[in-house]
Amino acid sequence: MGRKILLEHIDVPGINTYEVYRSKGGYASVEKALKTMSPQEVVEEVKKSGLRGRGGAGFPTGMKWSFLAKPEGVPSYLVCNADESEPGTFKDRYLMEHLPHLLVEGMITSSYALGANTSYIYIRGEYFYLVRILEKAIAEAYANGWLGKNILGTNYSLDLYVHPGAGAYICGEETALLESLEGKRGNPRIKPPFPAIAGLYGCPTVVNNVETIAAVVPIINMTGDEYAKIGIGRSAGTKLISASGHIKKPGVYEIEMGITVEDFIYSDEYCGGILNDKKLKAVVAGGSSVPILPADLILTTANGEKRLMSYESLADGGFATGTMLGSGGFIVMDESTSIVQNLHTFARFYHHESCGQCSPCREGTGWMEKIIHKILKGHGTLEDIDLLWDIQRKIEGNTICPLGDAAAWPVASAIRHFRQEFEDFVKNPSAQREVKYYFHCNNIDTAAAYSSL
Amino acid sequence: MAKITIDGIQIEVPDGTTILNAARMIGPDVAPPTMCYYSKLKTSGGYCRTCLVEVTAGSEKDPRPMPKLVASCRTTVMDGMIVANNTSAKVKDARAGVVEFLLLNHPLDCPVCDQAGECHLQDLSYDHGNYKTRTDFERRTFEKIDIGEKIQLHMTRCILCYRCVKTAEQITDGRVHGVLNRGDHAEISTYIEEAIDNDFSGNVIDVCPVGALTDKTFRFKSRVWFTKPVDANRNCENERCSGKVVLWYQGEEVLRVTGRKDQWGEVEEFICNTCRFDKKQTSDWTIEGPRKINRHSVISANHYMNLVKPKELKLNDIKQITE
Ligand SMILES: Cc1cc2nc3c(=O)[nH]c(=O)nc-3n(C[C@H](O)[C@H](O)[C@H](O)COP(=O)(O)O)c2cc1C
Ligand code: SF4
Repeated sequence: MGRKILLEHIDVPGINTYEVYRSKGGYASVEKALKTMSPQEVVEEVKKSGLRGRGGAGFPTGMKWSFLAKPEGVPSYLVCNADESEPGTFKDRYLMEHLPHLLVEGMITSSYALGANTSYIYIRGEYFYLVRILEKAIAEAYANGWLGKNILGTNYSLDLYVHPGAGAYICGEETALLESLEGKRGNPRIKPPFPAIAGLYGCPTVVNNVETIAAVVPIINMTGDEYAKIGIGRSAGTKLISASGHIKKPGVYEIEMGITVEDFIYSDEYCGGILNDKKLKAVVAGGSSVPILPADLILTTANGEKRLMSYESLADGGFATGTMLGSGGFIVMDESTSIVQNLHTFARFYHHESCGQCSPCREGTGWMEKIIHKILKGHGTLEDIDLLWDIQRKIEGNTICPLGDAAAWPVASAIRHFRQEFEDFVKNPSAQREVKYYFHCNNIDTAAAYSSL
Repeated sequence: MAKITIDGIQIEVPDGTTILNAARMIGPDVAPPTMCYYSKLKTSGGYCRTCLVEVTAGSEKDPRPMPKLVASCRTTVMDGMIVANNTSAKVKDARAGVVEFLLLNHPLDCPVCDQAGECHLQDLSYDHGNYKTRTDFERRTFEKIDIGEKIQLHMTRCILCYRCVKTAEQITDGRVHGVLNRGDHAEISTYIEEAIDNDFSGNVIDVCPVGALTDKTFRFKSRVWFTKPVDANRNCENERCSGKVVLWYQGEEVLRVTGRKDQWGEVEEFICNTCRFDKKQTSDWTIEGPRKINRHSVISANHYMNLVKPKELKLNDIKQITE
């Protein structure tokens, strides 16, 4: 059995309520931090733990915290990024739905470390049922003295707010998130300045993912040194993986970093193998943005070593033969999946979500989608495949925010590893379209879906 | 002060200068092209990506190259920085890509566009674009919208440089102008077509690099190269207005009034709507004299000043030129 830290009490009935959560040792990290540690010591503990951001980029959290500017007389803010919109990623939702108090506790401890007296949870608009869950948890925390003025009789005070967005992937990018939180159009800002210097309302701000903030709780409880022993190398701790696709047991799993990818896909503890015992074809290991890898490369690196679920191992080989852990959205595709069809879904998503500020992403994402669509419909040419490659190349690295890269990488990797499939589509489109399974949901009736809510 | 080298030319500039402005100090041959940056507007720039340059050495202290191309309009110089603009193959490639992206949904209706002849997108695609289009998809179109009595928005031509948005924010009072929607459906809007009613709103026409915002009092009256620009001024009642303008004549008639644009195509001073739209008589103005226009601009084609008589060429000269 793998070690569970974040989800340790997930199966306890009523763990979403304050009483049960508290009876299982909840809010101990707040007590420990506020009563026995200085904010600086909390930051040090997080540094020692080796915790890295769980929102996608994997930036060391302790380091990010220590970059926070502390000018005299200016407030600083902690903002929790709960915008979770990356296709294939749904771990934050699971965590907030079942363990809302874990996030609230993490927010208090982290805010204390950063000297923030006002903190926000910016949550994706589509998750509005979670807003109620979080607000209830926050109300319970206020009622029991964990939030508000002079928490636990110390002179530390904190107010915590939940702020729902209007439903845009781009508002997960930290500076777009801050713009949106300020009530403006969610356009990413041009950096520098980084949020640590000028973030929310121009004040020093730290933006962290839900899972990152939740992980601060066990770190403070068990000490950073202990946490650093979990996992492998620079990939310390556990990671929530959202597993989906053609597997027997889709869901959210907490893994200790360093288990093999093979184990994760095939063992009964996790995904339980491929649905209907078909053959594995490809995996998108970290959410739709990261490069797709064919079965052989996801199970073993180019050097023939077993690939592990860790930041380093998944990235082994660069983009030529590797990928990224990203936000842990693990999408498994069996042999019947059409890579081109799947790519079209991704491309359409990025086209729809581009904010439109910078020309390569605004125009390029739509262009790529149209070309892939053309290939799918049987009107593509071999030149179209090269054109697609050229477009993604001209987007990547030339945009304001990483959404441009995120749109380019899936296209690049699909062509890199599955070019033959594109060519088959061009040469014999009708045969290709008989492929049955693909991640495609053309016919969702949005009006009906909304009216049922 | 910081020493910076751009395309092999060194210059010393005050700290905090952007790479773009340092390059402009060296001269137009070195300066990267810009479509969205506007030195008179705060926080402009960074969007269009035409001014991307390669930083081959970050600074004296840390001479590592920067991993990606950077927007020169938004990146400040460091002492000892080395930048490649026209000399970088990467930059040329990326810039050609940007031009292609900007033209992807642009209608290319230059023959009927009022901006033709003074359009930055025309110049940019001439200098950096391909001669061939690689797309055969239908282009995005929008309905034309009147914003106020005097200004028309032809969104189909817009490249979303955000200059008019910043103008509306910073020059006019009250923010009634912004961007709606996302991605390639994003559009400039005066919140639900509410007319901009403001004595400086006409400046959005001058800052527009393409023909998306045009002067309705001038629409279809003439091609710019058939008009003759003349510097003029008046003692404007509006204290925020400089009253320094260019009158564009055809014969005796003033067809339009604009602000004066500098070498980089940016207005020197913003002017008010009264000067722009209501003062179209020569008697309203004190005439200063013909406006100097770059000899290479199509606008100078029909002017009688600075005319250079072509040297008679011999066969040998032609060979030399073509080689
Ligand atoms: C287009 C885009 C979307 C993003 N969406 C999210 C998101 O939904 N949730 C998230 O935590 N981080 C998201 N990020 C990453 C954030 O910008 C930021 O890196 C992260 O919130 C930092 O938190 P961490 O250090 O805890 O990972 C996104 C980034 C980009 C470029
Ligand atoms: S890369 Fe795309 S999403 Fe990001 S700022 Fe540019 S247009 Fe907006």
